[in-house]
Amino acid sequence: MNDRNIPVTEDELHAYVDGELPAERRADVEAWLAAHAEEAERVQSWRAMAEMLHARYDSVVQEPVPARLELERLERRPRQWLYGAVAAALVAFVAGGAAGWVAHGAANAPSAFQSFTADALDAHRLYVVEVRHPVEVGGNERDHLQAWLTRRCGWTVFAPNLEASGLKLVGGRLLPGPSGPASFLMYEGASGERYTIYTAKTESGATQMRYAKTDKDGALFWADRGVGYVVSGGSDRDRLTKVARAVYDQAEQNGT
Amino acid sequence: MIPALRRYARALTRDVDAADDLVQDTLVRALRSERLFLGGDVRSWLYTILTNLNKNRRRSLARRPQFMQLTENNPDASGTEAEGRDIEKALATLVEEQRSVLLLVMLEGMSYREVADIQGVPIGTVMSRLARARAHVKASLEGERPALRRVK
Repeated sequence: MNDRNIPVTEDELHAYVDGELPAERRADVEAWLAAHAEEAERVQSWRAMAEMLHARYDSVVQEPVPARLELERLERRPRQWLYGAVAAALVAFVAGGAAGWVAHGAANAPSAFQSFTADALDAHRLYVVEVRHPVEVGGNERDHLQAWLTRRCGWTVFAPNLEASGLKLVGGRLLPGPSGPASFLMYEGASGERYTIYTAKTESGATQMRYAKTDKDGALFWADRGVGYVVSGGSDRDRLTKVARAVYDQAEQNGT
Repeated sequence: MIPALRRYARALTRDVDAADDLVQDTLVRALRSERLFLGGDVRSWLYTILTNLNKNRRRSLARRPQFMQLTENNPDASGTEAEGRDIEKALATLVEEQRSVLLLVMLEGMSYREVADIQGVPIGTVMSRLARARAHVKASLEGERPALRRVK
C-alpha cells in the first residue's frame, strides 16, 4: 500500500483527514491531492464540516453540568457505588486538569480485597431486606442448592451448618461476581438477624481474615485456594467473627 | 467526561432535554452495572451505552407522531448562527448509524477502531458509514436535496 504508484483510494482520503493513515503514506496522499483539485476540494470540505460541528456543539462542553447529572445525585440509592472503578473514572475525567482531585482518586483506588468485600456487602445489603424473595433456592433444598451453585461457580460451594451459632440456612442465589459467577448464601437467626456468605474467584492471596465495616454492617474477608469468602452481618463484630470462624472451620473440614 | 458525553448526545438528538435524559440514563446505567464492566476503556464503554440507549429511544419515538419545529430559536447561537443551523439540518438528514459515526469521529475524535467497538461492527462498515455520512452532509450543506441524490 505504500507504493507511490498505487492510486489513492476513497478510504485513504477519509483516513488521511481523520489521522488514521499510516505516516509513511501521508506524503503520497498529499502529493496526489496537489494534483487532483476536485478531490482536494472535497477533503477541504470535510475539514470545514468538522469545524462547523465544533463551532456548533463545543459550547455544550462549557455549559455548567445540570444538577440532575451530578454523580452525587445519581448516587442517592441504597448501594454505595461511588468508590467503584467507573465512578472513580468519571470523577477523574470530570475533574480533568485538577491534579489534586485525580491524585485523591488514585490514592483511594480500592485494592482487590476492598472491592471484593464491597461487592459482597452490596449484595448483603440488597438482599437481607428482602422479605418474600431473599433467595432463589430455599434452605429446605440444601443438597440441590449446593450442587447447583457448585456446578455454576466451578468450585465446591458448601453451605455450612451454623445452628451452633443460632443461625438457620435461608437459602442461596447465584450472582455476578468480579470475574465470573459468585455464590451467595443467607442465614437467619432467632430475632430475624441475617448473615450472608459470598464466595467468588479472587486473585487475592490474603489467608488472614480482614474486617471491613460500613455504618450498619460488618464483613470479614479471607481467601483460600483462589476463592474469596466474605461473611457479612450486623455491626456486632464478636458474633460476626464467631460465625466467620465456623464457616472457615467447616470449609476446611469439608476440604473445599 | 460528562461534558463531552453531553456534547455528543446534544448533537445526536439536537434536543437539549432529550440529550440530557440520555446522559442521565447512561450514567445511571453505568453506575448500576459497574460490576459487569470487565475493564478496558471507560470512555468507550460510556459512549457505547449512550449510543445503544439512543437507538432504543428512537425506536420508541418512531411509534409516536413527529413534531417539527416551525421556527428556529437558538438561544446559544451567535455569529455563526446560520452555519450552526445548517449543520444541524444536515445532521437531521442522516440515518442514525451514519450520524453516530460522523459525530464520534469528527466531533469526539474517536479512532475508527473505537467507533467499530462502540457500534459493534467491523472497521470497514465504520468507514463506509463515515463516507456516506460525509457525502450526505456535504450535499445538504450545498443545498441539494440529499434524499434525491444517490450516493454510493
